[in-house]
Amino acid sequence: MIPRLSPLTLFHEEMGAKFTTFGGWKMPIRFGSIIEEHNCVRTSVGKFDVSHMGQIFLDGTDAEYLTNKLVSNNVTRLKDNQAQYAMITDHRGVILDDTLVYRNSSDSFMFIPNAGHDEEMFLRWTHFRDEWDLDVTIKNSTSETAMFAIQGPTAVDSIEALSSDTISDLKRFTTTVTTIAGIPCTVSRTGYTGEDGFELLLHSSDAVTLWKALDFPSCGLGSRDTLRTEMGFLLSGQDFNHHKNPRNPFEAGVDFTVDLNQNFIGRDALLKLRSEELDFNFIGFSLLERSIPRPGSAILNEAGEQIGLVTSGTLSPTLNIPIGLGYVPPSYSSIGDSLQISIRNSLKPAMICSTPFINLQ
Amino acid sequence: MTFSIPLDRKYSKSHEWALVDSNNALIGITDFAQDELGDIVFIELPSVGETLIKDQIFGLVESIKAVSDLYAPLSGTILDINPALETEPEQVNDDPYDLGWMLKIELKDPSELKTLLTANEYGDQTG
Repeated sequence: MIPRLSPLTLFHEEMGAKFTTFGGWKMPIRFGSIIEEHNCVRTSVGKFDVSHMGQIFLDGTDAEYLTNKLVSNNVTRLKDNQAQYAMITDHRGVILDDTLVYRNSSDSFMFIPNAGHDEEMFLRWTHFRDEWDLDVTIKNSTSETAMFAIQGPTAVDSIEALSSDTISDLKRFTTTVTTIAGIPCTVSRTGYTGEDGFELLLHSSDAVTLWKALDFPSCGLGSRDTLRTEMGFLLSGQDFNHHKNPRNPFEAGVDFTVDLNQNFIGRDALLKLRSEELDFNFIGFSLLERSIPRPGSAILNEAGEQIGLVTSGTLSPTLNIPIGLGYVPPSYSSIGDSLQISIRNSLKPAMICSTPFINLQ
Repeated sequence: MTFSIPLDRKYSKSHEWALVDSNNALIGITDFAQDELGDIVFIELPSVGETLIKDQIFGLVESIKAVSDLYAPLSGTILDINPALETEPEQVNDDPYDLGWMLKIELKDPSELKTLLTANEYGDQTG
């Protein structure tokens, strides 16, 4: 399959980036050193091209109703220009994708599916709109939209300096429309690194111009992954995957995104699950020896019995220790519990840690 | 991007180098290989006294995103390993041909040297 390209792919190639294919998109994994890019975001500011993220726009009197039927959270609570984290679940309560839902105005919403999910979610929204005969116009704008994440402790000042309006007072999970370096953007005080900063949405035809005007280090998906892993944030397709690793929001530790008073698809199954003990908990762990846990590595108890699987792992650049995320039964999931991780047929001692792994200022 | 390929040593197609001094050789990975791997965070090497067999796996290099096997460019017995790499594996990124050496071996069969690439031949392969 031919990968989809960001409007910046050719520019990144000229800059000597190394690439990966992620969710069907050819995206830069790193421009230089992943560790240096990671440290930039933790100490100052870095820019990420995240144009592989989807953008689906919903307009019409039933946009709110349809979205509430298809996500686990409650978008009725959103004021204009506010965003909310939510799961998209199937009738079993299994997570299909996680997303941010934005309310632009009373009858106008946007949500951000992950890389490679935009078409599937466009079809899902369209299918239920037609089945329930609702008044919503649904538009998948992924291909003509660029998205940048500007993250780090100095990100706000850096973007403010280029903005035609004051944006430093923008609250977390809210948006505004302004121009950055002369380019019209929707600016959202959100991110996936744990750091302060913005995500910018703009027309793909302006992508190269704005990227060049943002005069701070380019960061790739490699550091985006180490940064989010240090925070214990879920990665769609990896920490949950409805084909290979089906998880519900309670197992995945995102109970706060579930409003059981709201009648969404998956709600009845989750209501039942809520009264039962979970089979698994999503946990963070650190390895006590130097090696790297990789997705798919077995998690064993101290007796050597397999009890779960690693879903994410890396060397934490901030802590300089190997960390990972995965699922184990509740009886093994207390902070400080000892585990073993099977890495290339050797068992490495590990310990359950609280997440985030790091304390941000 | 151009990569450093010193003329004083021989190369394998799998991106290891061997610097021969009489019957001994130092072994490491090339500038091209370290650049492909990115930040190296862990290196697993055999122990002194163990035997290398040409073209067989003798260890691995782990970077943030990938694990790669290391292949022996030559056969021999391990005389020494670079002790610094246990705590500072990034030396392989910073200085792959000098401070980032991995093993010192006593050659078992010096005629194997003929099978390795010269710097020019290796440059043609990676260029």
